Amino acid sequence: MNQWNNFSKGFFKENAVFTLLLGMCPTLGVTSSAFDGLGMGLATTFVLVMANLVIALIKNLIPDKVRIPAFIVVIATFVTIVEMTMQAYLPDLFESLGLFIPLIVVNCLVLGRAEAFASKNNIGSSIIDGLGMGLGFAMALTILGALREILGSGKVFGTMIFPEDYGMLVFVLAPGAFIALGYLIAFINHVKKEA
Amino acid sequence: MAKTESTLKNMVLTLLVITGVAGASLGFMFELTKGPIEAAKKAKQQAAITEVVPGFNNNPADEVYELKSKEGFDLKFFPAKKDGKLIGIAIESMTTKGFSGKIKVMVGLKPDGTIINYQILEHKETPGLGTKMADWFKTDKGNQSVLGKHPKNNNLTVSKDGGEVDAITAATISSRAFLDAVRVAFETYNENKDNQPVADNTSVEEGGSL
Repeated sequence: MNQWNNFSKGFFKENAVFTLLLGMCPTLGVTSSAFDGLGMGLATTFVLVMANLVIALIKNLIPDKVRIPAFIVVIATFVTIVEMTMQAYLPDLFESLGLFIPLIVVNCLVLGRAEAFASKNNIGSSIIDGLGMGLGFAMALTILGALREILGSGKVFGTMIFPEDYGMLVFVLAPGAFIALGYLIAFINHVKKEA
Repeated sequence: MAKTESTLKNMVLTLLVITGVAGASLGFMFELTKGPIEAAKKAKQQAAITEVVPGFNNNPADEVYELKSKEGFDLKFFPAKKDGKLIGIAIESMTTKGFSGKIKVMVGLKPDGTIINYQILEHKETPGLGTKMADWFKTDKGNQSVLGKHPKNNNLTVSKDGGEVDAITAATISSRAFLDAVRVAFETYNENKDNQPVADNTSVEEGGSL
């Protein structure tokens, strides 16, 4: 039950985007389409799981005073691995995510989980926490991406829903990200209050 | 296991070991992905060449040569030949006049300079606006298309600047930049046509010394 809680809290109760408002830079930057959002979410999930795993493993070896630089090095390593792997095997996705992949390093979600969870819990819980948080993040980014894609260009995952000419261009651009995210959070807060 | 204490020696050692391990694993991953990354880039280049000058049966990437444009860009020229005859040339052109920096375009020209096709290779334009250039100038609608036009006989600038091409709605700067990249490709090709035996028109007609 406890492990299930570690996993599921990332989706709703402590969702990184909708509740904790962590990792806003990639959230607003890459969600102009559902596919990009999903790709970014999964890349972040991989980094989260691996970083949580390694940090839980070596947490006792790291002196407290240098833990933050140590965590950052671990995270940056996995981000670079993701970057190179994506460039090699998913060049198209790599191109559309571009600059935002290296920026996973400074995604406060990843460092936040390392500091708040992995450095205090055992390996199993840390992996589950990383997986839950990461997938919750991916879910949020996909929802936001899909919403912006529908409103902005009439498509979801590249499939046409209605002709692009009727789309509201603002949702594809940066201001649309803020507007869409704001309404999504308002909606989720409303649902939470009812529940 | 007891927590390591924060003494200077411990801190230096820990960071040294962590960065060492990180460096080593990244080096290993780099070696591992170097080949596939190179292959992916090559495949993309090859696909772009096939797209912009279809119908060749040589390997344009083997016969590539570089020329400098007036603006000082190094452009790559990929001659596309069928049975030894030059049928077109794919030019990797670029411009720095984009809305957000550099745009790289593969432009396919017939030996006489007529535009066959193009493909956007690299850009940082606004999603949903400037990114439309990938298809916009190929779409036969109004005066959008540049395919089949000749940069010398047709005024390939946006209609706002007195040209014949319709700019992308709400992305005039990206449109101008795209047309600029096409112009750079054509001008560089045209200027060097005479002293480049590979691109020489007459010898092509004779099927001559390529």
